[in-house]
Amino acid sequence: MRKCLYKDIHKIFARVAEKMPLYIPAKTGDEKAEYKKWSEGDELFEGLNTVKSPKDLFFPQSEDLVRFKTEGKNIEITDVREDKGPFAVFGVRACDAKSFEVLDRVFLTEPRDSYYASRRENATVVTLACSRPSETCFCKTFGIDAGEPGGDVSAWIAGDDIVFSANTEKGSAFLDIIGELTEECSCDAVDREKEKIAVIMERLPLSDLTTDGFGGGKTEDLFNRAEWAELSEACLGCGTCTFVCPTCQCYDIKDFKSGNGVVRYRCWDSCMYSEFTKMAHGNNRLTQKERFRQRFMHKLVYYPENNDGLYSCVGCGRCLKSCPVSMNIVKVMKKLGGKKND
Amino acid sequence: MTNYEETLIPKLGVITDVRIDTPDIKTFRVVTPEGKKAFDHKPGQCAMLSVPGVGEAMFSITSSPTNEEYMEFSIKKCGCVTDWLHSAEVGQQITIRGPYGKPFPVDSEFAGHNMLFIAGGVGLAPLRSVINYCRHYRHRYGKIDIVYGSRSSADLLDYKEIIEEWTRDVDVDVHLTVDNAEEGWSGHVGFVPNYVKELGFDTNRIAVLCGPPIMIKFTLDGLCSMGFEKQQVYTTLELRMKCGIGKCGRCNVGSKYVCKDGPVFRADELESLPDEY
Repeated sequence: MRKCLYKDIHKIFARVAEKMPLYIPAKTGDEKAEYKKWSEGDELFEGLNTVKSPKDLFFPQSEDLVRFKTEGKNIEITDVREDKGPFAVFGVRACDAKSFEVLDRVFLTEPRDSYYASRRENATVVTLACSRPSETCFCKTFGIDAGEPGGDVSAWIAGDDIVFSANTEKGSAFLDIIGELTEECSCDAVDREKEKIAVIMERLPLSDLTTDGFGGGKTEDLFNRAEWAELSEACLGCGTCTFVCPTCQCYDIKDFKSGNGVVRYRCWDSCMYSEFTKMAHGNNRLTQKERFRQRFMHKLVYYPENNDGLYSCVGCGRCLKSCPVSMNIVKVMKKLGGKKND
Repeated sequence: MTNYEETLIPKLGVITDVRIDTPDIKTFRVVTPEGKKAFDHKPGQCAMLSVPGVGEAMFSITSSPTNEEYMEFSIKKCGCVTDWLHSAEVGQQITIRGPYGKPFPVDSEFAGHNMLFIAGGVGLAPLRSVINYCRHYRHRYGKIDIVYGSRSSADLLDYKEIIEEWTRDVDVDVHLTVDNAEEGWSGHVGFVPNYVKELGFDTNRIAVLCGPPIMIKFTLDGLCSMGFEKQQVYTTLELRMKCGIGKCGRCNVGSKYVCKDGPVFRADELESLPDEY
C-alpha cells in the first residue's frame, strides 16, 4: 500500500493527467457532482454519489455507431470507431464499481460490444471507500462492501492520508505513475477505516433490507402480484430512475441526417417509456404498470436468472433521491419481498 | 477497438428483385454488391435490414438456407422502414446484418416427423423458409400438411409458389382458406383456427404456427383440444428490436430475449414466460 497526504490529492491528479485523461467526481455546486475530465482547479467531490453514474464513461448517453453516405441508389458505410487510448477514473464508489461488472455481463457477452469493450480495456478504475455512507445507501443488501471498493486500485481516506492499494496490473501501473508522490505504508490505518465503515453500514436505516423473495426463478411468484398496480400508480414514466441508474443499460439506435450523410447513433433509452416496445402492430406493454413491473422484474428476477444470481441493482440510492414521485426499488422490495423485509 | 468484429455495423446489400405479392406485401431479393448471399442462415432466423436515414428493422428471412444464391424477405407495408422499402426499385442498396436468433430445430426435433405448418397472413414469411427446407430434404420428414389463410385470396402470400410447387409435391397437402367468401374463390372459407379443427389432424406430427397473435392463441388452444402436447407445437414471435443480440433490452420477456433466445419458441417454453408477447 502507498499513501500521501489527502490535502495533496490535486498533485496526484496533476501527475496522472500528464499521462492520460483523468475523470473525477467534481463539484458542480448545489452539493452536487458529476464525473468530468479533470483540469487544474477542479475539486474532488467529498460527498458520496454523483447525480449520474460513471457508466457514461463506458456507455455514453449518446455515441455514434457508424456513418453512411448515400448517392442515388448507392450507400457508403464508414466505420467511425476509434481507439481513444488509456484513461483513468478516480473516486468510483464500491456500488458504482460493482455496476461495471453488471454492465460487463451484458456488453462483453458474445457478440461483444466493441464500443464498450474498448473503453473498458482502456480504463484504469480507481475506487474510493465510503468513509461516510449515507442514509439512502443499501449496497450491503447486494453483498457490496463499501469499505472494500475494488476496481484496479482501491483507495481509502484514513485520517490525514489517502491510501492506495493496487488490485490488478493496470492498478500497479497506476501506482507507478504516482510513485514519487506517495510512500510505502502498512495497512493498519486502512484496517481501522474498514472497521469504522462496517460499523456505520450496520447502523444505516436500510441495513436490514434483503433480497429475500427475489432472484432467478421467482417470476411466477412475483409477476402477477396485485401490488404492482399500487406501486406503479404514481409513476410518471419520466425515465429519471433509468438515467441515473448505474446498471440500466437499455438503448435505442437511431439515424440522424447530418446534412453531410447519415449518422447512426445509439443513446440511452428506458423501459419506462411508452414507445420502448411500440410496434407497427401494437404494444406488448400498454400501461405504465406493465412498464414499471418490467424494470423491477428485470433487476430483481430476470437479470439474476441469467447471471448466476447477480442482481442488476447495486444499492447506490440514486433513484431514491431523484424520483419526482418518491417511488423506488426499496419500496418495491419492501412491498413484494419476503418476510424479512416487513 | 477497430480490429473487433462489430455486429452493429451492417454490411451492404442490394435489392435485385421486387415481387408484388399482395396489395401490402412485397418480397425483396437481396444479395451483396458482389452478387453473393450476405451470410448463411438457418430456417427461422432473422436479419436486420436498414435504410440509412430512415431506420433499421428486423425481418424474418423467408428464403430457405438451401437457396445458396440470395435471400428473400417478404415485407408488409406498415411503418417507416417498410414504407420506404415498398417504394424501392431494383438496384437500390440497403444495409443488412445477421443472422439473428434461434432457428427451428429442423435437423433435430423435427427430423423424421410428420409436419403440420399453420400460417395466417404475412405469418407465412418465416414458415416459408422452413417449409422449403423440409421440401428440399424431403426424405428426412414424413407427411407435410400446410394450412394457410388470409383475409382474402388477394392477400395470400407466395401464391404462385404454393400452387405451382407445393401442391404438386408428393405427400405434401396444402389447405388454403380465406376469411370471407368471395367471387371466384372455390376453396375453403373461414378462419384458420376453425379450419384446423375441421381438418382434424391426428397428433402424430409436429405443428409450427405463425400469424397474428390472436390466430396463434386460438390455433394453439384448438391443437391442445385435439390432443396435441405443447412440446409438439412451435411458433415464432415478433417484438420490437434494435440490437438483435440481447443487449438493447427491447425484446426482453421474462428472462428471455426474443432476438437471441427466440424468435422460435416451443409452446411449453412460451407458457413459462410472462404473458407479455
